Amino acid sequence: MADSDVKALTGGLDLPDFETTAFTTPPPLAEATVAIVTSASLHHPDQDDFSPMDTGYRVLDGSRRDYMCGHWSPNFDATGIALDLNTVFPIDRLDELAADGTIGKVSDIHLSYAGNQFDLSAVRMDSGPAGAKFLRDHEVDVVLFTPV
Amino acid sequence: MSALGHVFEQAGLATVALGSIGSHIQGTAPPRGLWCDFPLGRPLGKPNDADFQHRVLAHAFGLLSSPEPVVEKFAETIDDDGTETMSCELPPRHDPSLHPAVDEARGLWPAYDRAVAKLGNRVGAGRTVSADDIPAAVQSFINVAGGTPWKEAGIPGIPARVAQDIRGYYETAALALAEHAPAAWAGARWFFTSTEAGRTIMAARQAMADAGEKQPIWFYIAPGDM
Repeated sequence: MADSDVKALTGGLDLPDFETTAFTTPPPLAEATVAIVTSASLHHPDQDDFSPMDTGYRVLDGSRRDYMCGHWSPNFDATGIALDLNTVFPIDRLDELAADGTIGKVSDIHLSYAGNQFDLSAVRMDSGPAGAKFLRDHEVDVVLFTPV
Repeated sequence: MSALGHVFEQAGLATVALGSIGSHIQGTAPPRGLWCDFPLGRPLGKPNDADFQHRVLAHAFGLLSSPEPVVEKFAETIDDDGTETMSCELPPRHDPSLHPAVDEARGLWPAYDRAVAKLGNRVGAGRTVSADDIPAAVQSFINVAGGTPWKEAGIPGIPARVAQDIRGYYETAALALAEHAPAAWAGARWFFTSTEAGRTIMAARQAMADAGEKQPIWFYIAPGDM
């Protein structure tokens, strides 16, 4: 078992195609509110776990540190996030960047999706736009996407 | 992640996507992407290394100043050559009347509890099977390996998900037993090759394949290259 072999298994997957690339110019980072959106199926213990093919999202409370990784796949190293949440969800690093003024503010809320989706249509048409609107409504300017 | 980047930018958010697989992040061309050639499961690279994680974030957030879509590669690479295995002692046999895998799983309870108390429970038991029920879940895979059809073996959920909880229970417990932070995949290699439970799960997986069960039922019980 090796990381390169596991990655090679994904080589034949069909990738989503986008005819154009949307592009938003952010405010200066030192004035921006930053949120994390992860595809690691993170959730708090009191939230519903992700079911197979779950295309929804969970709202994560940035003041908490009790996260479970509900990613439905054997194809990732689990000890990294077990040792240090920031290996996947760098919330402490963002807090440090806000404290030193590099970023304006860390959002109070963040989002989590299930990344192992074979059909992305629901995410592209429904839960993706809904999550984006949710963050916009919470005055988020910049999003850092992290996989697992 | 890259697909969400397109959707979120369209909604007026500026985004930066980290990606662990070069062909994916380059192929989906997110508005801003940083290929971090690190093992799957470690997109920020190194656990408990704040300096390294900050270097990744500095590069990622630096892409926000680009006037147009951009995908770059982080300068540092973390390789996994597939050889390093976690080193930690397993509990001695306690109850000879039990199958070795069940006895082993029971013997890991104290280490698992110590690890959860220290680190929290992010990937351990509890998603499908509680820690208390892990030995029974292991027994169900013993049954499958012994020839019982999986639907009659007492597996307490979807086989892949139950196996994931067993592996998570073991890898979490191992973090309390080992004196080092393991390299990526070292915990998984240890579980599947050095533990009774891991070998049992692999035997059950093979038994399901040999019995002609549908491939998705057994394939995702273990990493795809095994």
